[in-house]
Amino acid sequence: MSETEEKLVGIVLVSHSAAVAESVAALARALAGGGTTAPVAPAGGTVDGGFGTSSELVSAAAAAVDRGAGVAVLMDLGSAVLTVKALLAEGDELPENTRLVDAPFVEGAVAAVVTASTGADLAAVEAAAMEAYSYRKQ
Amino acid sequence: MLDAEFFRRWMTAAAASVDREAERLTALDSPIGDADHGSNMQRGFRAVTAVLEKEAPDTPGAILQLAGRQLISTVGGASGPLYGTLLRRTGKALGDAAEVTEEQLTEALRAGVDAVMALGGAAPGDKTMVDALVPAVDALGTSFRAASAAADEGAVATTPLQARKGRASYLGERSIGHQDPGATSSALLIAALVEASDE
Repeated sequence: MSETEEKLVGIVLVSHSAAVAESVAALARALAGGGTTAPVAPAGGTVDGGFGTSSELVSAAAAAVDRGAGVAVLMDLGSAVLTVKALLAEGDELPENTRLVDAPFVEGAVAAVVTASTGADLAAVEAAAMEAYSYRKQ
Repeated sequence: MLDAEFFRRWMTAAAASVDREAERLTALDSPIGDADHGSNMQRGFRAVTAVLEKEAPDTPGAILQLAGRQLISTVGGASGPLYGTLLRRTGKALGDAAEVTEEQLTEALRAGVDAVMALGGAAPGDKTMVDALVPAVDALGTSFRAASAAADEGAVATTPLQARKGRASYLGERSIGHQDPGATSSALLIAALVEASDE
C-alpha cells in the first residue's frame, strides 16, 4: 500500500439492501475514475441476507476502510441512520474519527468517493457529500 | 431494592412476552409498517436472554447495557438501535451498583427514554414507542403496575394519531386508525417489570 493511499479517508455505504449498497459503491468507484480510489465498503442488509441494517456489517465495513484518516459513513434511511447514530453514541464500535455524513445516498456517495480519492481530509469529504443536497435536478 | 436477579427476570419476562405477542406485533406492523416488528423483536430478545445466560453480568447496569448492545446488533430494524439505546442508556445511568432503588430505576429509565427521543427525534404524540414510554416513566414513581397501565393506555391512545416518525409517517392520514407497533412492544417491556417484581 502506497503512502498516499494510507492517508485516504474511507467511505462506508449503509443501505437496507445489500444490492443497493454494493451497486452504489461500484458506481461511486467507477465515477471516481482511474488512479487511486479511496477505500469504499458497502454495508447493506442484514447478516442473513435480508433487508434491514446490521450493526455488525457496519462495524466491519468501517474497520475495513479505516486507513487512519477518518471514515465517512453515508446511509439511506430509517434503521440505517439510527443504527449508525447508536453505534457512534457508544464510541467503541467504530474506528476513531468516524463521522455520520448527512447526504443524499447516491449523489453523496459519488461526491464523497471522488473527493476522498483526491486525498482530501474528512471535513472536505463530508462537505462535498453534503453539498450534493444543493444539486437541484429542476 | 432491585438486584441483578430482578433485572435478569425483567429481561426474561420481556423476551417471553415478545415471544407470545410476536404475531400480534407483526400484524400491527402490517398496515402501517413493513410487517417485521414481531419477528425482529423476537430475534432480538431471544439473543438477549442467550447472551445474559452466557456472560452472566452481575450488576443491574451491566445487564441492561449488555442487553441493549445485543438488541442493536441483532434486531435488524429501527427498533434495534431504539430499544438498544433505551436499555444501554438506562444501564449506564444505573452505574455499577449491585442494587438500585425503584427511584434510581425511574430516573435511569427517564434518561433512557430521553436518549430514545434524541436518537429518533420523536416527541410524544408522534405515534411511536415514546407514547407508551413517557407516561410509563411518569407513573413509575407510583408502582410498576401503574407504569404498566400507563404504557398500555399510551399505546392504545396512538390509534387515532397520525404518524410523524418512521416508515408509517409516509402514509400520512392513512396511518390513522392503527395502534402503533412500537408503542405496543414498549408496553410489553414495561409490563414485564410487573412480572419481574413481587408486586
